[in-house]
Amino acid sequence: MNRISERHVMLAVTAVVLMVLFFGASMRFDGFSSPFVIADLFNETAFLGITAVGMTLVIISGGIDLSVGSVIGFTTIFVATMISDNGMNPVLVWAAALALGTGFGCMMGALIQVFKLPAFLVTLGGLFFARGMAFSIKKESVQIDHPLYDAVGDIALPIGGGASLSFPAILFLILIAIVVVIAHRTRFGRNLYAIGGSEDSSLLMGLPVTSTKIGVYTFNGFCSALAGIAMTIYMDSGNPINAVALELDAIAVVVIGGTLLSGGTGLVAGTLLGILIYATIYQITYFANLPASLATISIGTLLLIFILAQQSLRRLR
Amino acid sequence: MTIDPPNPIRRITTSPLFWPLLGLVLLLIFNAIFTPSFFNLEIRDGHLYGSMVDVLNRGSIGIIIAIGMTLVIATGGVDLSVGSIMAISGAVAALMLTESNVSLWGVIPCALLAATIAGLLNGLLVAVVGIQPVVATLILMVCGRGIARFLTGEKVIALVDDHFSAAFDYLGNGHFLGMPFPVTIFVLLVLATLVVVRKTVLGLFIESVGSNEVASRAVGIQARTIKIGVYAFCGFCAGIAGLIDASNINAADTVNAGVFTELDAIFAVVVGGTALTGGRFTLVGSVVGALLLQTLLTTLYTFGFASDTAPVPKAIVIVGVCLLQSDAFRQKFRRRSAA
Repeated sequence: MNRISERHVMLAVTAVVLMVLFFGASMRFDGFSSPFVIADLFNETAFLGITAVGMTLVIISGGIDLSVGSVIGFTTIFVATMISDNGMNPVLVWAAALALGTGFGCMMGALIQVFKLPAFLVTLGGLFFARGMAFSIKKESVQIDHPLYDAVGDIALPIGGGASLSFPAILFLILIAIVVVIAHRTRFGRNLYAIGGSEDSSLLMGLPVTSTKIGVYTFNGFCSALAGIAMTIYMDSGNPINAVALELDAIAVVVIGGTLLSGGTGLVAGTLLGILIYATIYQITYFANLPASLATISIGTLLLIFILAQQSLRRLR
Repeated sequence: MTIDPPNPIRRITTSPLFWPLLGLVLLLIFNAIFTPSFFNLEIRDGHLYGSMVDVLNRGSIGIIIAIGMTLVIATGGVDLSVGSIMAISGAVAALMLTESNVSLWGVIPCALLAATIAGLLNGLLVAVVGIQPVVATLILMVCGRGIARFLTGEKVIALVDDHFSAAFDYLGNGHFLGMPFPVTIFVLLVLATLVVVRKTVLGLFIESVGSNEVASRAVGIQARTIKIGVYAFCGFCAGIAGLIDASNINAADTVNAGVFTELDAIFAVVVGGTALTGGRFTLVGSVVGALLLQTLLTTLYTFGFASDTAPVPKAIVIVGVCLLQSDAFRQKFRRRSAA
């Protein structure tokens, strides 16, 4: 079995799971397949989607980033405090937040690549660092009241039936389109797959391993900060405890989307399907009035099943 | 190649225990100068009180988890799910105490069994299915807290009024020989583990699997069984920690129990001188590492550091220590000092 067909097999499996879940739920619950629910699938999980896109590239390169949830939490409280308490222009604050997130990702990537430290350890350190910094800014929730936020909140892309996509959801879809092009049509993207497949071979082939790996963590830092900004738009507030443990959801979504955790194989488009599965599971627990912890358990179980499936696919090869 | 003559100073500084102990001593000296009350001890109702006792008491959960984590890291793995396992064990104990008539002697084994099974699952995923340890234990880290929350019905189960159990309360808040009872638990656990891994061949097997799994299998060591065993043991340790944690607050708070303990434990192990790459390990080092962490936190709190922001210095210290241990960093440093 070659690499191309393997990743398409995983994508097909993901698509089947999504269809079974969605159509099963549609038959079981009235109004599940309404445009409103479909719009919600995107609107409610847009920030998770944005960070999962960056995570996809990190995982394809054979790495992992556990810091994303904390960086998102930090970004929300940073943005909210700067706008509400310091009266700064939101556009400037967004730019500063994106710069901070990008710089933070770059720093972690440099530690991982230059000093050969394990990625999970450095990013776990990053998780604690960013969360602590978030609390050092402010310990409680900060509301955002700004005309620009009202204007952005009014942006909506109608998808028919009176339902519409919110600005974060539009941002997510644009980002995923851009990253699909980066992953499959640029030299950087091809290098990522090569490094994830075998870092030693890539080095011997003369690929820019160091800059590519630092680059992918840098890009993921950018995505996390962007996700944090999307979250402030979604909630009109910032809170240092936002997005605790979101990194686990992001990794789960990426794996369910068919990306191999050992690196080298995966499709960015699969992550879109992974997000939709995640959102559908949460909608089902909401419709069926089940406790939210069941959704967590189902996602963990689905993660386990997908990892086991990937493992057996590799053995078949 | 010449063999260095045995140099006593060199032998001390190359001991894995040297650096963590030095760190701990420096912190204690710092405290002796700036907060002399740190060393005050007083006896009230036959119980010892003071900052030092506090460090031991609060550090006990970290030490207990660090013991299990040391063995897992020695095999070249890592267990990220210890926090979730703590939540499961606390939830099982609180549920049985409130919903059933089982005595504490039945409750504790059940909670520990649940935790050990959770650890066993980690071990099976790592050793039998062959998933990387970070990923395998990540699954339980995601799921485990969900399971614990589901068990308790997404509520905090408080062990008060009718459900208050004096015996369960003793686990976390009691005193034995003047010291808080958690101290007794961790001392016993450390001693028992030390005897088992150092007086039998088991410790050697663990180090051998961590340094070279294929070679270990070739000489007839059951690498798979060893690996499953250490993850199960790590789960068991997390289970004990979960019981102490639940008993401390007399409640099972599945959302907050054991959050972030995995980093604390990895911190203790790495600072204590066990390399993340596996192989050689030192249990005493991990205990010193955990005490160093707790002393650092207590010192930060006395200087008015909020507990919310404490992760910042923690993160800096752990990444710094790993940097110092990394070959790449040492080489760069050496090259510069040679030039």
